[in-house]
Amino acid sequence: MKYLLLKHYRGGPTPVVDHPPIDRWAPEEVDAHVRFMREFADRLVETGEFVDAQALSQEGAFVRSDGAGRPPVTDGPFAETKDLVAGWMVIDVESWERAVELAGELSAAPGPRGEPIHEWLEVRPFLTEAPSGSE
Amino acid sequence: MNPELVRELVPAVIGVLVRRGADFAAAEDAVQEALVRALETWPDDPPREPKAWLIAAAWRKFLDATRSESARRSRELAADAEPPAAPAPAADDTLRLYFLCAHPTLSPAAAVALTLRAVGGLTTRQIAAAHMVPEATMAQRISRAKRRIEGLPLDAPGDLTTVLRVLYLVFNEGYGGDVDLAAEAIRLARQLAALSAEPEAAGLLALMLLHHARRASRTAPDGRLVPLAEQDRSSWDTRMIEQGVAILQAALARDRLGEYQAQAAIAALHADAPTAAETDWVQIVEWYDELLALTDSPVVRLNRAVAVGEADGPQARLAALADLDPALPRHAAATAYLLERAGDLPGAAARYAEAARVATSVPERDHLTREAARLRQLTRAQR
Repeated sequence: MKYLLLKHYRGGPTPVVDHPPIDRWAPEEVDAHVRFMREFADRLVETGEFVDAQALSQEGAFVRSDGAGRPPVTDGPFAETKDLVAGWMVIDVESWERAVELAGELSAAPGPRGEPIHEWLEVRPFLTEAPSGSE
Repeated sequence: MNPELVRELVPAVIGVLVRRGADFAAAEDAVQEALVRALETWPDDPPREPKAWLIAAAWRKFLDATRSESARRSRELAADAEPPAAPAPAADDTLRLYFLCAHPTLSPAAAVALTLRAVGGLTTRQIAAAHMVPEATMAQRISRAKRRIEGLPLDAPGDLTTVLRVLYLVFNEGYGGDVDLAAEAIRLARQLAALSAEPEAAGLLALMLLHHARRASRTAPDGRLVPLAEQDRSSWDTRMIEQGVAILQAALARDRLGEYQAQAAIAALHADAPTAAETDWVQIVEWYDELLALTDSPVVRLNRAVAVGEADGPQARLAALADLDPALPRHAAATAYLLERAGDLPGAAARYAEAARVATSVPERDHLTREAARLRQLTRAQR
């Protein structure tokens, strides 16, 4: 079963640990955070559970169609970035419990002073392509 | 030689290497390497004796691996360059591989991957593509599975139940990448049914054939899911249905009923009906009773409740459903279906929308969403 672990810049319920955005951390704190993320992904490759991990830029815009023959309308750059998706990890695991366990570990990534940031991650099951079971 | 035929050789070649003294993990690795090489070179330079070629190539790979290993650990060579005369192939080897690869200590995902590689002869790349995970992840999943069963003897009696469950999982995965996993599961089940005298092995094969025969009618050209009652029965593969029924009858004649035989019997009754209205629901309910006696699962009880009411009318069935846990998969969809037949269109629409929210696959979600939309349109038209 595949699950998406979605990381928002500041989304989700009220933060448990109120820390400054990552660009205000000490460089070695940033390095430690990045290293944790990489090692976490490496470990999931080893356990046969890793599918994908991507980070997103804060740049970009909302885009929509404005009718045939007209260029799409854009709205950006984003005025408010806190609800934006910052990145994700896709895992392929045996159960919901395992997905929650891994999300818990990922959420404990180190932040300022090496303390776990305890950020909220959104955990979402993938819909499969094959319909389940019989008619 | 087409890749399908090469793959059929894989379990036998692993068996030969194991009987020459290689341990399972090393033999499996060596055969996989030889297989990848065969897939590269055979199209241009086909061997006269494919099996002999594969054995020779795999044995060389095994010796190379053993040598570099022994050089590293400065250990004595277990095997010499000249292979010992191959013992007569034992048909049991392949059956034992099934048991080992679906060993109860393995997680379902690990057992599926290992079975597809060592018994099915698929490459790691193909298995990874079929499951949409990176090749490195799948390679690790397979090697962890092999470590987990390390040291288990290849000749120990196995657990057929887990083997059947693994093949059924593969069957239900359907298409993935360039491999048709449903067809592959049928191939492996056919091989297993030929090797094992257990009627449940034949029962699983019959069940797969009876479902597979209807595959073309189950999805519309635009990808929409078509419910059983609305399927174009003329597009069912009658030859495959006949085959499934014959295999099922032979299995039932052995008088050791099991879960898969009972499910296949239900599928056979559906396949046998010239129109949905002519379905023999009375017999289907009897088979559900057998199935319930074998495995008291809530899902079976839900399906039974649906079957019961086909004769007794939607109200009786709604009452039967009310006794079941609403959290069951498909409970909302089954209730919606019955509410519509009972004339409660807004209620049915609401339950279909609820079912769509908890659906686990894209085709089901889309189907249930469309049903909700259809009923809401009908409701508006009636006002």
